[in-house]
Amino acid sequence: MTYETVLRSATKEVVIGHDRPFCLIGERINPTGRKIFQEQLRNGDLSAIERDVAAQVAGGADVLDVNMGVPLTDEADLLSRAIKLVQERTDLPICIDSSVIEALEAGLAAYQGRALVNSITAEDDRMEAVLPLVKKYDAAVIALPNDADEIPMESDKRLELVKKIVEVATKEYGIAIENILIDPLAMPIGADSSYVQTTLTTIRRIRDEFGLNMTCGASNVSFGMPGRHVLGAAFLPIAMAAGLTSAIMDTRTPEIVEAVKAADLLLGHDEWGSAWIAAHRAKLAAT
Amino acid sequence: MTPDEILQGLYDQTLVGNAPAVLEMTNEALQMGMDPQTLLFDALIPSLEEVGARFERGDFFVPEMLIAGRAMSGAMEVLRPLLAETGVQTIGKFVMGTVKGDVHDIGKNLVNIMLEGAGFEVIDLGVQVAPEKFVAAINQHQPDIVGFSAFLTTTMPMFKANMNALQKAGIRDQVIVMVGGAPVTQEYADAVGADGYASDASATVRKAKELIQRRRSLTPA
Repeated sequence: MTYETVLRSATKEVVIGHDRPFCLIGERINPTGRKIFQEQLRNGDLSAIERDVAAQVAGGADVLDVNMGVPLTDEADLLSRAIKLVQERTDLPICIDSSVIEALEAGLAAYQGRALVNSITAEDDRMEAVLPLVKKYDAAVIALPNDADEIPMESDKRLELVKKIVEVATKEYGIAIENILIDPLAMPIGADSSYVQTTLTTIRRIRDEFGLNMTCGASNVSFGMPGRHVLGAAFLPIAMAAGLTSAIMDTRTPEIVEAVKAADLLLGHDEWGSAWIAAHRAKLAAT
Repeated sequence: MTPDEILQGLYDQTLVGNAPAVLEMTNEALQMGMDPQTLLFDALIPSLEEVGARFERGDFFVPEMLIAGRAMSGAMEVLRPLLAETGVQTIGKFVMGTVKGDVHDIGKNLVNIMLEGAGFEVIDLGVQVAPEKFVAAINQHQPDIVGFSAFLTTTMPMFKANMNALQKAGIRDQVIVMVGGAPVTQEYADAVGADGYASDASATVRKAKELIQRRRSLTPA
């Protein structure tokens, strides 16, 4: 059996599941590596967020990842303001992305609905700090099966850590199992030709042994390689066939988004191809 | 093969990452009585410099850099003990690690390759390196430089934690501190009190050489 994860904004519900269309989590509302954006945020100017939100929504995002990691600022204050702003501009549920506990708490407090929290690992101190917040605010959470020692390079070890996370989250913190999403850890294929195989095995096993939903940073796979969009458009359908149910990605790349929609249809998650045909008509109408 | 052919062959095969050929030619060169230092400075280092330059221009990609680095490492395993015997000083010793909470290692590994390629001795502590591990490694290896790598804005604050640990252990002034990683800026490096920052692998090599030179010129022999 497999689980369904329900995320909500104040007015909209998004369901992630193994028999459903793939969930695209738009990732661009993030100042990492963007100097001008960081400067604006430092000065309290959040206007660039509106532009990023619009672009991700136009690209087909189902959920928006919001990260306000600007060094040397009050991230909690920034994240809470950003979340309010994003919720004014769109009805999509939000994935609150920070490893600063105070920022996560402020973001969750400001959020209306059921958010997705990004993220915990199998490290005890991370779980201890974040899971009570996930419970308190009735959120869902992304969990990475790595610990303080390493990113395991064998799926066996990753599955062991998944088991640990699930046990701790459900038994010690009372979090509903369907609200745990596992990141099967997509690693750059350029660094080792076996990395994606390991990820795919992990995805299959998480689906078959736990039935949990999954998400991953899809663009990791193509890091350091030419033709990144083509690689992304090839990776996601393969991963979807193995059981990946969502991905954090930049939806401004139509090649990748269209490959995902095609895979939805081919995997039987788009009945009678209605979404595929509707997208075709919308495209025609726009030209 | 003549010595010139060997040097050219080492250069060419390192450039394309052919580790078995590089190792074979290294052994052959030593049997012929060639100087390990010549192999290092006239073939391996120039080849890795070219790899770095191509990477920087966007002509080379991550896998090509990794296999070139691997080819050079294979040769260095043979050469390092011989170089040590002849008393050749390395340009400097570099202890490197990705900070605690952060598991990103590719950028760090690329920097390591370029540092080794430039003649540095690199001690790589891996990822998720806790402050006390950095302290222990500095005490053990006595490096010229320690490098902290972070790939996330959320793990960058570990730079400061590491600096505090060095301070507390009383070794802050013994070692040059460099920081780097995708989200890191010069401004941030200054804010945490690092001695140096570089934006990419080649720049790290240049900056590391410059910082060591400055320190050595300040320290009375």
